[in-house]
Amino acid sequence: MKRTLFDKIWDAHVVTEEAGRPAVLYIDLHLVHEVTSPQAFAGLAERGLAVHRPGKTVATMDHSIPTNGLPIADDAARNQLRTLADNCKKHGITLYDADSPHRGIVHVIGPELGYTQPGMTIVCGDSHTSTHGAFGALAFGIGTSEVEHVLGSQCLLQRKPKTLEVRFEGTLPPGASAKDLVLAMIAELGVGGATGHVIEYTGSAIRALDMESRMTVCNMSIEAGARAGMIAPDEVTFAWLEGRAHAPAGAAWNAAVDRWRGLRTDDGASYDRTIVIDASLIPPMITFGTNPGMGIPVTAAVPNPEEADPEARAALAKALLYMGLSPGEPLLGRAIDVVFIGSCTNARLSDMRAAASVMRGKKVAPGVRVLVVPGSQDVKRAAEEEGLDRVFRDAGAEWRDPGCSMCIAMNGDMIEPGQYAVSTSNRNFEGRQGRGGRTFLASPMTAAAAAITGRVTDVRTLMGGAQ
Amino acid sequence: MKTPFATLKSRAVILTADDVDTDQIIPARFLKGTKKTGLGEHLFADWRTRPGFPLLQPSAAGAQILVTGTNFGCGSSREHAPWALVDFGFRAVIARSFADIFKENATKNGLLPVALPEAACVRIELALEQNPGLELTVDLAAGRVSLPDNSWVAFAIDPFAKHCLASGLDELGYILSFADRINAYEQR
Repeated sequence: MKRTLFDKIWDAHVVTEEAGRPAVLYIDLHLVHEVTSPQAFAGLAERGLAVHRPGKTVATMDHSIPTNGLPIADDAARNQLRTLADNCKKHGITLYDADSPHRGIVHVIGPELGYTQPGMTIVCGDSHTSTHGAFGALAFGIGTSEVEHVLGSQCLLQRKPKTLEVRFEGTLPPGASAKDLVLAMIAELGVGGATGHVIEYTGSAIRALDMESRMTVCNMSIEAGARAGMIAPDEVTFAWLEGRAHAPAGAAWNAAVDRWRGLRTDDGASYDRTIVIDASLIPPMITFGTNPGMGIPVTAAVPNPEEADPEARAALAKALLYMGLSPGEPLLGRAIDVVFIGSCTNARLSDMRAAASVMRGKKVAPGVRVLVVPGSQDVKRAAEEEGLDRVFRDAGAEWRDPGCSMCIAMNGDMIEPGQYAVSTSNRNFEGRQGRGGRTFLASPMTAAAAAITGRVTDVRTLMGGAQ
Repeated sequence: MKTPFATLKSRAVILTADDVDTDQIIPARFLKGTKKTGLGEHLFADWRTRPGFPLLQPSAAGAQILVTGTNFGCGSSREHAPWALVDFGFRAVIARSFADIFKENATKNGLLPVALPEAACVRIELALEQNPGLELTVDLAAGRVSLPDNSWVAFAIDPFAKHCLASGLDELGYILSFADRINAYEQR
């Protein structure tokens, strides 16, 4: 029987499957943060249950934690963070707390510390758990009831999803990155296009991506509605993982790599669906609307609802109204107020480098607020060792402490009503970055270009000679 | 033991929108609590201030059924979305389709996700537009939504989800009934 990468991981984790019932699926790694876990721990306490395998659970503080080093002014946020600390202490769960030198966004530190490994099942009460699929893991977001299930049993009830192969062939052109690649895919599939499916990303353009870019791609799988996104592990994966704190070491490392080499879709195995995208045709992308499927090349005009499919017309018109945009107008040159470089999508060292490469020696445009928020303390230190913090600070940007920050605007980092932000995060939903705020999603390079010019900009025009 | 889902007869309210994300259902600034309760007052917090917002119209008073578009509940995995809907008073959502995580979260909170084809939704919406106080009957056991004119439309639901809703089955209890097999899995 020829099997896909997904099939292999699924089959290896089914504890039992009764006729007509969902499978009881074993979970290898459970990541926890402050926002979606308190009610789960409380539920466990009501049942008088212990955490079944605290050693397979890792917690961090990211969503509601301040990024400007001040004490936490928000009582509710402080209480939520304290609740997480209390729960972790009570159940013997490792917590990367506010003082930890390794704290950061859950989907940044999981891989960085070597917890995330090929072949694992990984869950978290957070939809961007799909990020970890970049390592050839089956990783997906769950609700708080399911967080309670995993805490109490290390298992979940799951129906087997369908598989969707998204094959990217060709070479990404200069100025385009993993973010542009995934925004182009979501624009093609739509925000519900992959519902019920696990995506496996394949093809030469995926193989050519470095590990952090692969995480960016898998991270946004959920924005097409997918249950998860995954990429078969290869030498790039192994090289990135080797030597990380919680990765296997010595003989165990060699044995693990031997095992991981089998984690690929067999030749001749079939997916439920396949789409093929030519990566060489993907330019820098940007979103214009109020969901991540509303993406266009940065040089394109805003679509006209009158010319759209009848079923998309109303949503498009509503999105343009919220965004304050006119049908057919170009986004290039539109003045922006805020630039946010961060989030579980684009806050790793390579993202910081990409943004810094555009901003080096330049100044932030007058009146524009620029927040650069590294994904973890480790990313922050590594960036500072390279002097990237000075590039950003010298330009006039704010260099912050790690956290989800302005991606979800729970910690006080937010845009004001009516303001426009170019953001490297993953969601442009109404009010996502602050009530009434308007978000253009883009890559770190495109965001950095907007920081310099104060306008939506084609970064290729700033890349001397690259075009 | 959760409250079993019995047959629901109620007014319904139409929310005309596709791809309603959970950030709209309950904005992130209301996620700093540690309880499941009290979120109903913040349901659609940034939409409810708009004039004519359907959920706050007199004809929607007491409505326990929400009728909406495609891909309802997309985006964030926050279970606060069904908590807020349930706290507001909803027991069922009829939609063209649901986002995966929302559907799971809804089922686990006794909120029945009813996915119906476009034509059936339009039929229900037309009936409601003609008579905004109309009561629909959602019959989980029979798997159908009935209109007052005695017409009805069937809906499909995962048999286990149906069983959980109808019996109030505790899913963690169900998983733990396999404790021996879980332990054996861990030993292998």
